[in-house]
Amino acid sequence: MSIDWAVVAMAIPLLAQGALTSLRIAALAGLLGLAGGVALGLIALGGFTPARLAVRAYVDFIRGTPLLIQIFIVFFGLPMLGWRPGEYLSGVIALSLNSAGYIAEIVRGAVGSIERGQTEAAQSIGLTRGKILLHVLLPQAIRPMTPALTNDLITLVKNTSLLSVISVYELTRSGQAIIASHFAPLEIFALLALYYYLIISVLAYISRLIERKLPAW
Amino acid sequence: MVGPERSSLPAPAPLLSIRNLCKRFGDRMVLKDVSFEIGAGEAVVLIGPSGSGKTTVLRCLNQLETPTSGTITLAGDVIGGSLAPDGTRWKPFGEADIAGQRRRFGFVFQRFNLFPHLSALQNVALGPRLTLGLPKATAEARAAAHLERVRLADHRDKRPGQLSGGQQQRVAIARALAMEPELILFDEPTSALDPELVHEVLDVMRALARDGMTMIVVTHEMSFARQVAHRVVFMADGAIVEQGAPDALFTAPQHETTRRFLAHVRNR
Ligand SMILES: Nc1ncnc2c1ncn2[C@@H]1O[C@H](COP(=O)(O)OP(=O)(O)OP(=O)(O)O)[C@@H](O)[C@H]1O
Ligand SMILES: [Mg+2]
Repeated sequence: MSIDWAVVAMAIPLLAQGALTSLRIAALAGLLGLAGGVALGLIALGGFTPARLAVRAYVDFIRGTPLLIQIFIVFFGLPMLGWRPGEYLSGVIALSLNSAGYIAEIVRGAVGSIERGQTEAAQSIGLTRGKILLHVLLPQAIRPMTPALTNDLITLVKNTSLLSVISVYELTRSGQAIIASHFAPLEIFALLALYYYLIISVLAYISRLIERKLPAW
Repeated sequence: MVGPERSSLPAPAPLLSIRNLCKRFGDRMVLKDVSFEIGAGEAVVLIGPSGSGKTTVLRCLNQLETPTSGTITLAGDVIGGSLAPDGTRWKPFGEADIAGQRRRFGFVFQRFNLFPHLSALQNVALGPRLTLGLPKATAEARAAAHLERVRLADHRDKRPGQLSGGQQQRVAIARALAMEPELILFDEPTSALDPELVHEVLDVMRALARDGMTMIVVTHEMSFARQVAHRVVFMADGAIVEQGAPDALFTAPQHETTRRFLAHVRNR
């Protein structure tokens, strides 16, 4: 068995393009997922029962079904609602919806584990539920949430590869294209693995830095 | 009867009135028909053995617990709800009304419960800013004045984690004061403190009482009760056993339970 170094040399810059796309998708979906997840998490902790149950059901659905299926549902479902955002946006939306579900649980868990005395002290100065969440509980939950959020981000980066099934030209898909034209599957898949591994190592390193920088009180 | 440290006797119309307060947890009656009144400017010390229901009384007043039955009125306003116009149905208040009533009581917790992510100043300013709607600068000026009052002006920018227990509890008192409550409830404010820090908190509370702040203090600090309280209320097993001026209650308790409790506390 011999390694086709010419293909490797040719693939490296091409795959870098795909990696950039993957990173862009992950960044977008990460931000949207975080915003959505925090919002859903706060609703899940809020006082309005129907909304709380709706979030519960949503989270159950997200966690109880494969992401691949969710991607297809978004990709084929949105056009039926009369909107054709294209594969790229569909992919971003699917990943955002997925990670929002997981982040909602992270937020709910972290906020819920803050000592009861904090809520009672806030109540005693007349704060209402929403303000207690926003000004007292959520800020204290940020640090304990960070490791779980980091994990979620890492998962998100890996999950971008699933968007290859709806032809989003991200890292995995661009690798598959090279394989199709040059038939060097092992070389390319090894390169893909290396790319993902490097990206995730860098992310993990950054998030450890952030975690250390966050104040511990 | 009134010692040198006590302000003038309370006004006749009670500020706070508790009538037949009962509280049940599961199938345990924790409060059984607790009734008493407090006049404006009065300092009442609540004592009793562990588990007698002292904390529960305070928590019912501040609606951290919902009473099973009974009526609490603050300056004529019924706490927790209102009777429907036909006078027969009890309508519990919604969240906003409850919050509005809660802030009329200050609450000082045994374990301080300061907000660890905020500075001392922000801890005290949070209530005025968010619930009284004061602009940030006004709220912070008010907070600074109250920190001054508990002699912590120099520590305004420190987080709770950077303060000693005694300092934290004084910030917590300033936080309660900044809401300008009609009375303050203290739940064993010094029992989580190292012994050498107890006096600095008691000094602040003594000054408050002298300034005419209405307060209910649950404490085991009998010398504080002697000096500061207008009245001592002794509870056992969810009911008030007896109450009276501190000198009378401490020197000549009327009930055997009270005698035993006082002997026990003195021997510690
Ligand atoms: N949330 C609760 N659920 C069930 N039981 C409770 C609850 N809170 C208090 N109790 C019980 O009610 C009784 C009175 O409690 P409370 O805390 O009011 O007593 P206390 O007089 O403050 O005692 P201590 O001096 O130990 O603080 C205790 O037996 C306690 O176990
Ligand atoms: Mg207690």
